[in-house]
Amino acid sequence: MLERMGDDEFRAYLQEGGQVEVGDPMPEDYRKALIKFIEMHGNSELMGVLPEREWILRAPTLQRKLALTAKVQDEVGHGQLIYRVVEDLGKPRDACFDDLIAGKTKFHNVFHYPTKTWGDVGVIAWLVDAAAIISQKALLKCSYAPYARIMKKICWEESFHILHGRDVVLAMMTGTDEQRELVQEALDRWWGPLMQFHGNRIPAEDDPMYQWRIKSQANEEARQQFLDGYVDQIWELGLTVPDPELRKDEDGVWHYTEPDWDELKWVVTGHGPATERRLGLRRASREETAWVRRAVLADAA
Amino acid sequence: MIWEVFRQEREGQPFQHGGSLEAPNREFAEAYAVEFYGRRAESVALWVVPREEILEIEDPYVADVFDRDYRRVDGYSLKIKLREARERAGTA
Repeated sequence: MLERMGDDEFRAYLQEGGQVEVGDPMPEDYRKALIKFIEMHGNSELMGVLPEREWILRAPTLQRKLALTAKVQDEVGHGQLIYRVVEDLGKPRDACFDDLIAGKTKFHNVFHYPTKTWGDVGVIAWLVDAAAIISQKALLKCSYAPYARIMKKICWEESFHILHGRDVVLAMMTGTDEQRELVQEALDRWWGPLMQFHGNRIPAEDDPMYQWRIKSQANEEARQQFLDGYVDQIWELGLTVPDPELRKDEDGVWHYTEPDWDELKWVVTGHGPATERRLGLRRASREETAWVRRAVLADAA
Repeated sequence: MIWEVFRQEREGQPFQHGGSLEAPNREFAEAYAVEFYGRRAESVALWVVPREEILEIEDPYVADVFDRDYRRVDGYSLKIKLREARERAGTA
């Protein structure tokens, strides 16, 4: 077990690569930062299944329905693993659920938007998952070891999700003109939220999540990595990225139109176009399944 | 009483099974585990668990009645589709 350390000493320990286990003494600010960060990740897994759930019945083939169902199962599973880590940090799962459906805690911006067509499903499954996996891979190095360890399983499962998404997009891009238009329209809709996804350009040194080495990369670093990995893959399909400023300079840095940070802030504080509907669905499903939890807990007692 | 010992080699690494030992109670189990798996500083932490408390599940697979490759990376072969998409976009 770790020795008790002052905040500065603890921060230095983390910056040198030190890790923390369940039950180790830790500064209260670190525990709070961990809960906030990890809980939001768990919330995002649980809210992220809702746009996909909406498409299980409407998916074009049985294979796609099965794949969406498998993704939903994976992601709810990630939510369970992640809330478990939060529980060990001192916040019970019920409290996480209550705060989520009361709108007190956050989830990722992309899950606050509606999905209009099957094109959106492909673009989300490919590019939103790609953006997410960049953040998640960086979490493999998180200073809180129990969280870092479950990220291994999560990243492994995500690798199928992203391939499935690209497969959906490729199937449409090799289809009819109408299908190709659906993908382009979806890309036009999702590019803004995608560029906001990794957050503002706060320098790593000023980011408390970086100081505690909960995150190991700056927001802008993650966004650059996303652009590096995926813009060429988008372009080679004949798709247009809806940003005339987007270009990679000779110094290897991507330039782009500044994302709309006001929109990001407004959306993640519960004002997205699909926020209320999705939280309503979570709320209803929590009420409808309450009897199951009661029955199971009574039986186990 | 048999105890199974799981050892962690370095901070942040998963615990892996190291072996088992016999000890009449927790106190002895702790002393033996430390002697067996810690005396050359080869572990940074140990989990010592009574064997009877371990729920072992053999063959932990849900019956594969259907071909469920839609769950796996090898269920998606993009090569041909990607070539066709590049040709149509003129980027091949």
